[in-house]
Amino acid sequence: MAKTHIKMTVNGAEVEGLAEPRMLLIHFIRENLNLTGPHIGCDTSHCGACTVDIDGMSVKSCTMFAVQAHGSSITTIEGMANADGTLSALQEGFRMMHGLQCGFCTPGMITRAHRLLQENPDPTEEEIRFGISGNLCRCTGYQNIVKAIQYAAAKINGTQFQEAAE
Amino acid sequence: MIPGNFDYHRPSSIADAVRLLADLGDEARPLAGGHSLIPMMKLRMATPEHLVDLHGIASLKGISRSGDKVTIGAMTTQHDLLQSDEIKASLPILHETALLIADPQVRYRGTVGGNVANGDPGNDMPALMMTLGAAYNLEGSSGTRAVAARDYYQGAYFTALEQGEILTSISIPVPPAGHGYAYEKLKRKIGDYATAAASVIVTVQRGKVATCSIGLTNLADTALLAEQAAQSLVGTSLDDASIARAADLARSIMAPAADGKGPVDYKIHVGGVMVGRAIKRAAARAA
Repeated sequence: MAKTHIKMTVNGAEVEGLAEPRMLLIHFIRENLNLTGPHIGCDTSHCGACTVDIDGMSVKSCTMFAVQAHGSSITTIEGMANADGTLSALQEGFRMMHGLQCGFCTPGMITRAHRLLQENPDPTEEEIRFGISGNLCRCTGYQNIVKAIQYAAAKINGTQFQEAAE
Repeated sequence: MIPGNFDYHRPSSIADAVRLLADLGDEARPLAGGHSLIPMMKLRMATPEHLVDLHGIASLKGISRSGDKVTIGAMTTQHDLLQSDEIKASLPILHETALLIADPQVRYRGTVGGNVANGDPGNDMPALMMTLGAAYNLEGSSGTRAVAARDYYQGAYFTALEQGEILTSISIPVPPAGHGYAYEKLKRKIGDYATAAASVIVTVQRGKVATCSIGLTNLADTALLAEQAAQSLVGTSLDDASIARAADLARSIMAPAADGKGPVDYKIHVGGVMVGRAIKRAAARAA
């Protein structure tokens, strides 16, 4: 099958490549661009491990063709750190609040939480849980992930993070 | 899982899309949000030779109100619906339902047009559009036509859409101010299709039901309009006995299939429960 030439911006850099129409975006990102942060978990648009940010939307990149991303601007977990290489507020939150155990879901969680905080900078706990409901974690029970996102929101907003009593 | 091979087309106008579908014939499928079609292609349950991606057609997106009619472009996403103040004000039942569809990521891609067009009885919007009396605007190489949502669904994945036609927009009459509404959906988890769901629109005058319509999701091989159940409520004050009778009348038309979500008797039982809850919640909102 003929390959199509595609171009896009990924983590601020112009990239291009050849993709068969049937190539899923997650495969293009992992195999052609060698960005293996976004994971293939379920491959059925349930788990959210492959979540990337495309033109301001959180998207499960296992359920989109690479050719459809032509001309778009994509951010993956590799593009989440601060410009000087230090951890972003979300990354720091996941570290400080122990928001991961095995870490498999973490790239998708952070990428999704990034968009959530862009749209709703000061979410309630319920809004956080609803906002990450497309991302599955089999380790943490979500409690520390929610705290990590609360930590990040507080840091970005310049407010005091108060860990809820359990 | 990797889908089979296909040729990719990205037209920039409805006319070009319709021409492509006509020229490419039976082996071409329009691609909207892709959250039904791409999983089916991965499983080889769908093996189109050509995909006509509708994302390049700007005129297929958007929400507008003209008089008492809201028109929603087919490529408007569930996320767009949730962001729309017009929908919140004019058609709050759409807002309520969109929140119950899939998960945030899927709602950024999944479209209203795809949800209603493909004829999946598990989708939530068809019952809603039947309840609201919406019409689907279709365009093919021989022109445009409108088909009432209530006449569109023929069986699971069988609809009035002809080969080569695409659904371009949905026209919805705005229910009167003060109407009551509710969409009750039983599902096992976030992202799941309904085990059973019911939509209700009701208007009340002087304490009595003036008009009512009820739709059912995933309780037969298409969405259903529970006309007798709705009619039985007109003139009542929505007392418990009337609601129980309406739920039973709705149960009498349910014909779900047993699957992992439960056996037939269970689905019919909870289907009636959803109808009862939706009526009560809609009644509480009616002014």
